[in-house]
Amino acid sequence: MPEQLIFAMEVILNGLMAGVLYALVALGFVLIYKASGIFNYAQGVMALFAAMTLVGIMNGQVPFAHVINATFGTHVYNFGWTVPALLAIILTMAVMVLLAWAVQRFVMRHLVGQEPIILFMATIGLAYFLEGVADLMWGSEIKTLNVGLPQGINLWIDETTFNFFDYGFFIDNLDIVATVIAALLVAALVAFSQYTKQGRAMRAVADDHQAALSVGISLNFIWIMVWSVAGFVALVAGIMWGTKSGVQFSLSLIALKALPVLMLGGFTSIPGAIVGGLIIGVGEKLFEFAIGPMVGGATENWFAYVLALIFLVFRPQGLFGEKIIERV
Amino acid sequence: MLDNAEGYVTEDGRKIGGVVMEMKNITLRFGGVVAIKDISFDIREGEIRAIIGPNGAGKSSMLNVISGFYVPQEGEVWFHGAKRPQMRPFEVAQQGIARTFQNIALFEGMSVLDNVMTGRLGYMKTNIFQQALWKGKAESEEVENREAVEKMIDFLEIQHIRKTPVSRLPYGLKKRVELARALAAEPKLLLLDEPMAGMNVEEKEDMSRFILDVNDEFGTTIALIEHDMGVVMDLSDRVVVMDYGKKIGDGTPDEVRNNQEVIDAYLGVSHD
Repeated sequence: MPEQLIFAMEVILNGLMAGVLYALVALGFVLIYKASGIFNYAQGVMALFAAMTLVGIMNGQVPFAHVINATFGTHVYNFGWTVPALLAIILTMAVMVLLAWAVQRFVMRHLVGQEPIILFMATIGLAYFLEGVADLMWGSEIKTLNVGLPQGINLWIDETTFNFFDYGFFIDNLDIVATVIAALLVAALVAFSQYTKQGRAMRAVADDHQAALSVGISLNFIWIMVWSVAGFVALVAGIMWGTKSGVQFSLSLIALKALPVLMLGGFTSIPGAIVGGLIIGVGEKLFEFAIGPMVGGATENWFAYVLALIFLVFRPQGLFGEKIIERV
Repeated sequence: MLDNAEGYVTEDGRKIGGVVMEMKNITLRFGGVVAIKDISFDIREGEIRAIIGPNGAGKSSMLNVISGFYVPQEGEVWFHGAKRPQMRPFEVAQQGIARTFQNIALFEGMSVLDNVMTGRLGYMKTNIFQQALWKGKAESEEVENREAVEKMIDFLEIQHIRKTPVSRLPYGLKKRVELARALAAEPKLLLLDEPMAGMNVEEKEDMSRFILDVNDEFGTTIALIEHDMGVVMDLSDRVVVMDYGKKIGDGTPDEVRNNQEVIDAYLGVSHD
């Protein structure tokens, strides 16, 4: 087998793995968009916030330490304990549910029935607010996150491919774990939204508020639930990205990568988010591999957006999005 | 007509029961505008009760008060012999009051079947994990609810569009799907907001037949708003007539038809 082809295969594999991570973030967007028609700009910051909270709880950090110390002249920074990863994840999830409640109570409830663009602006505000709160709570330094997920080269794949092609593929264990978790997450989300009463209610609320009320669905409850689920997805994405590249501000920027993913897959489709993520992941790696050297590299920074633009021209609703029908 | 606390018997021999819902001195204002002025009436078990009146009379507002979408400034709502505390619309629905809307509020993105199924949400008691995994009682519960839904779909003759997304349906069928969804909840009281608005004669006849059949077959208590006098008079057992937020008539269709104030309101007599 020609060497180039083998390289390309490795690139595609790595692209798929990266795509899974994009898809994870995109999923959070799709969920809220489907359930409330809001494009939640704060999704990326939520992932950052979740990751920071998780690290903070695991390390036994005192939340708002700087504020407390500045106000009372104390010097507390640490509780002096560490919390096991699983417990910390559960606690973080509790914080995310609390956040969902607060968002609903203090922001969304007052904007019921407003134009989507207003809701979108509200989430931009929320993003900046949450970013500030995260910094205040846990400090702004870069932290490492280790919840015990395996990392580093997968030796089995390395050996097997070496035996086949005389060339060992480099696949990160973390990427494999991320793929498995993403698959489980999607299965759970689909089961949730298609088969459960709450899922059905969620789809109903997304479709028509009045009608939902008339069949006995509490809008407040559903919205808190949706934001909690989005918080959960943010937590999973935060763990994956945080483990991979450290918990730092740039985590919230991966949210921007989710945008082209959504344009490709369609804002309303869970499978779309997955497929879109994979296409972008593979596309940008392959493009960098094939075309990158010719144009001086760094194509990964813009490839996704150009692809999304092309899609916007030819298929604005995305691959799996609901068809836009204009009735005259 | 024999009217007492126990109910009465209609002309066509149906037995009407006691009071299900009673509105007592309801007043509803929007800022300075009085939409409903001190109106009282009752709805009895098993009857078809109509609220009629010219445009802007406050009929829809009244229906919205009953279903909890509007909160009246004054007055009390009594349901099944107890004063109803202030409730939000979804809580009213959970109490067993289903409704349809004047401008149709369906879940456009879902199939007819899914739409009607949402009417059964209140009957699903198994928890989220059982449902997601299709374990335990979730399966039998789903089957039970599906049966109830299919019954309504059969009843309203919309089997052929069960799987069609609602957004593709013509107006008349949408109205019927909305009725099916409301009925799927097996309501104690069914509120219909202009069920025949915008329909042609044939569709109106169909809808009238369905309303009568629903009442006859399931004994459902129905309160409806309608514009078309002819239709109302044929359908209903008792009629409340509203004009400019006030009640100007209440009684059997015949009584109402001969009420001078009602005739004036409909034919237009200067109010001075």
